[in-house]
Amino acid sequence: MSELENFRGQNPAWCPGCGNLQILRTFKMAMVEMGLEPHELTIVSGIGQAGKFPHYTRCNTFNGLHGRTLPVAQAIRLANHEMRVLAVAGDGDCYGEGGNHFLSAMRRNLNITLFVHDNQVYGLTKGQASPTTDEGMITGTQPFGVLYEPLNPIALAVAMDASFVARGFSGDQDQLRGLMQSALEHKGFAFLDILQPCVTYNKVNTFQWYRERCYPVGPEHDPGDRVAAFRRALEFGERIPTGVIYRSERQTLEERIPVIANREPLVQQPFSPEDMAGELQKFF
Amino acid sequence: MDYTIKIGGQAGQGLQTIGAVLAKLFARSGFHVFTHQDYMSRIRGGHNFYQVRFADHEISASRKAVDILVALDKNTVAEHLGELSPFGLVVYDSETVREKYDGENLLDIPFRQIAMDAAGNRIMENTVAVGAVLGMLGMDLETLDELLAETFARKSREVVDQNLAAAKAGADFARANCGQCNFSVNIPGLAAAQEKGAAADVSAVAPRRMLMDGTSAVGLGALASGCRFYAAYPMTPSTGVMNFMAAQSGRHSLVVEQAEDEIAAINMAIGASYAGVRSMTGTAGGGFALMVEGLSLAGMTETPVVIFVGQRPAPATGFPTRTEQADLLYILHAAHGEFPRVIMAPGNPEQAYYLTGKAFDLAEKYQVPAFIISDQYLADTEWTLDALDPSKINYQDYRLRAGDLAKLADYRRHAYTDTGVSPLAEPGASHHLVVTDSDEHDQDGHLVEDAETRVRMVEKRLLKKLPLIRDQISPPLLHGDENPETVIVGWGSTYGVIKEAVDRLGEKHSIAMLHFSEIYPFPGTGKFDYLEVLRQAKLTVCVENNATSQFARLMRAETGFVFNKLVNKFDGRPYLLEELLDELGEPGMGGPGKTSPEKGGPGMGGPGKTSPEKGGPDKPGGFGRSPKHDGSGEHDV
Repeated sequence: MSELENFRGQNPAWCPGCGNLQILRTFKMAMVEMGLEPHELTIVSGIGQAGKFPHYTRCNTFNGLHGRTLPVAQAIRLANHEMRVLAVAGDGDCYGEGGNHFLSAMRRNLNITLFVHDNQVYGLTKGQASPTTDEGMITGTQPFGVLYEPLNPIALAVAMDASFVARGFSGDQDQLRGLMQSALEHKGFAFLDILQPCVTYNKVNTFQWYRERCYPVGPEHDPGDRVAAFRRALEFGERIPTGVIYRSERQTLEERIPVIANREPLVQQPFSPEDMAGELQKFF
Repeated sequence: MDYTIKIGGQAGQGLQTIGAVLAKLFARSGFHVFTHQDYMSRIRGGHNFYQVRFADHEISASRKAVDILVALDKNTVAEHLGELSPFGLVVYDSETVREKYDGENLLDIPFRQIAMDAAGNRIMENTVAVGAVLGMLGMDLETLDELLAETFARKSREVVDQNLAAAKAGADFARANCGQCNFSVNIPGLAAAQEKGAAADVSAVAPRRMLMDGTSAVGLGALASGCRFYAAYPMTPSTGVMNFMAAQSGRHSLVVEQAEDEIAAINMAIGASYAGVRSMTGTAGGGFALMVEGLSLAGMTETPVVIFVGQRPAPATGFPTRTEQADLLYILHAAHGEFPRVIMAPGNPEQAYYLTGKAFDLAEKYQVPAFIISDQYLADTEWTLDALDPSKINYQDYRLRAGDLAKLADYRRHAYTDTGVSPLAEPGASHHLVVTDSDEHDQDGHLVEDAETRVRMVEKRLLKKLPLIRDQISPPLLHGDENPETVIVGWGSTYGVIKEAVDRLGEKHSIAMLHFSEIYPFPGTGKFDYLEVLRQAKLTVCVENNATSQFARLMRAETGFVFNKLVNKFDGRPYLLEELLDELGEPGMGGPGKTSPEKGGPGMGGPGKTSPEKGGPDKPGGFGRSPKHDGSGEHDV
C-alpha cells in the first residue's frame, strides 16, 4: 500500500520556509492519493535547489546536469514506455540553460511530466536573475536591475501547442496537489510551472506577493480554447491565473514510433546477436 | 594486376553511383577492392571524385596513379590528367564535358548519345559509362547483369534490361574504339576452372567477400552488440552512422532519435542507458565539444554509453568533408574531473565492426563511456573483407533484470565492491530503487559532501576499475618482420596505407608496422612487449594524419618511448600509397629529409610536413612498356 512514510527521503537542506518544502509535501501526498509506489516512478532532476528534490523523497532517481533534465527524461520514456517519468527542474535550469530542450520536448510530446519550481531567481548560486526574474530587480550580478523582459513560460508553452500547460502556487497546496495529479495522469507532455517564493534571495516575489495575485481560473475558462488560453497566459503581474491553462490532446511520440508503438517497451524486447545476420548478407 | 579507376565530376552528376557499381562488380568478380572518396561540402557542383582500386592481391590503400579516369566534367580532366599512369586513359563524353580533347590517352565516348540510342533515355548515361569502363578493361557484363537486377529489383525487368542495353552499348563502343586500351583483367581462378569444366562462370569461382565501408561496419557492430537506442545530431562525417542506424530502426528493436543538439544527444543516450538499454551517440569533433559535459555525467553516474566520433580537420568548422586524425588527445582528455574511459580507433571496416562490439562490451561491463574514433577516410573507404561473424562479438547482459532483482534483499546502485563495479539494475523491474546522481553520492546514489565517501567513490569508480579495463585491452598489431630494423607506427585509419607500404618495403628491407587500434587505457606490455620491438629497432617512425604527432606524444607520456622520426600530413587528405612511400624513403638511410627526429617538445616544433604541392613526383619506376600492363609497376621503390 502506498503510504507517506514510503516517500520519506533525506532531510531537506533547503532554507526554513522555502516554497520547495511545500511542493515536496504536496508531491508526496499526491503520490499516496494516486496509490503509486516509489519504484513506479522515475524522477529526473537537474541542478539548482529544485534538483535536490528527488533526494528528499524516494523514487528511482536520475539527478543529472543543470538544464539537461528533459533529454534524460525523454530517453528513459523511449526506452521504457511503461515507466512513469517526472522531470523536476528550476526556472534557471529549464528556461535558461535548458531552453532548447524545453522547446523540443513540447514538440516531441512524449508522455512525461515536467514540474518547474519557479521562484524567479537563482537560489543555489545565491541570488542572480533567472529568465523569469522581474524587470528591474537588483541582484549581485544585475547591479542596475534586470534590464530585459522576463520569459513567460506559460505563453511559450501555449504558443508551442504543448499538450498540457498548467500553473500552480506552492502556497495553495490543495490546488497544487490536483494539478500534480492531472499532470501525471495526462497522456502527453504535461508541463506544470509552480510559483514558489525564495525566502532568502527574492525579496520582491514573496509569499505575500504571490498570495495577493494568484487566482484559480474558473469553470468559464476552456483549456481547449487555444486563443483563450493564450490570453490567460499573457496575464502576469497584478493578477496571475493558476490552474490548467491549456490542454491539447494528441498522439504521443511513443505511440508513433513503429518499433515501440503498441508493443512491449524497448527494454523488454528480446535480443539475439543472430538477429542481424541478414544485414551482413547485404554486403556480399 | 592492380588497376585504379577514378571517376570525377560535380556533385549531383552520379559519380558515386558509377563508383559504387564498379566497386561491387569488381568485388563480386573475385578481386580485392579498395575505394576512397573525396568530396566538397556542397550538394551540387564543385569537384568530387570516387576512386576504385582493384587487384588480384590484397590491397588496403589508394594509389596516386590512375589507370582509367572517367571525367564527367572539364575540371576533372584539368585536375587529374597528370595522375595518369603511363598506360592510363581518360574517358569522357565531349558533349557533356563541352570540350573535345586531342591526345592518344583521351577517349571520347558519347555516353549520352549512346544512352539515347540504346535505351531511349539519357538518364542511363552513367550506366553507359560503367559499360565503357568494363569494355576498356575487356571484361564481360555477366556480373553487371546480376548487379543491375538486384539494384532495380523493385522496378520492372524493363528497367534492368534498358540499363543492361545501355551498358552493353557503352562496352561495345569502347571495345571498337579503344585501340590504345591496354588492360589485362583476368578473373582470379576463372581460366583454370574453365579448363577443367566448361560450365564455370564468375560467380562459381569468385571467393565470397564483403565490400564494406567503415560507417556501415560501425553500425553493424552496434547492432550485433544489442544497441537499442541511438541519439545524435547530424554532423559530417558521423551522419552516416546515424543514417545507417535509422535505416535499421524499422527492422530491429532500435529507436533512433534526432536530438535538438549534441548536448541533448548524449544526455538522451545516457538516459536510455540508465533505463536499461544499450545506447550510443555519434558526432564529429565540433559536436563532441557540446557533449563533453555529458561525458563527465556518464563518468560520475557510471552509466554505460558508447560514443562514436568521426574526426575531421578543424579547428572550428575546418574542412567539413575531409579527413584528419587530430582529435585523439582531445577525446582522451575531454571532460571535467577524473574517470575511466575506453578509446578504440579501428583501422579498417573489419576492426570497426569488432571494436564497436568490444566498446559496447567494455562500456557495459565496467559502466564507463567507450569511444569509437574514426574519420572521414575510414568512414567512406570501402574494403573487401572476409565474412564478418556476429558470434565473435561478445554479447553478455551485465545488468540486473527482474529475475535477478527479485532474489535480492537489498540493492544499492553504487555499492562498494572489490572490482569497483557496482550492480547495475533496470529501474522499475523490481521494488529496488535505482538512484544515481551527478553530485558526489553515497552507495545508495544520494548526494553527500563528506570527504571519506568522496575518497572511497573515487577509488571505486576510477582507481579500481582502470587496471581491470587495461587488462582487457589488446596490444598493438605487429605486421611484417618479427625483428624489424625499421618500425612504422600508426593508429586508426592509417592502418591500410602503412600496411601496404610496409609490405612493399618488406620485399627489400627488415621492416614492420606496429598499429594501435585499442588506444586507451593504453595497452600494457604484458601480452606482447611491443616496447622491446621498438627499442631493438634502428629506426622508429610514427605516421599520423595530423600536425603535432598526437599519438607519439601519448606514447611518450604513457611509456617514455620517443620515436626517431615523425611523419605528418594535415592537408585534409589521406595518405596515398606513393605519398607514404615517398615520405618514408629508403628505411635506414635517413629518409628524404622531410621527416625530423622527435625533439624536446614533441610535435610542437613542426615536424616533417607533407603538403600536396610537395608530393613526390610520379616515379615510373623504370618498368618497360609491355604489350599488356597490369598496373602493378608504379610502386617500385
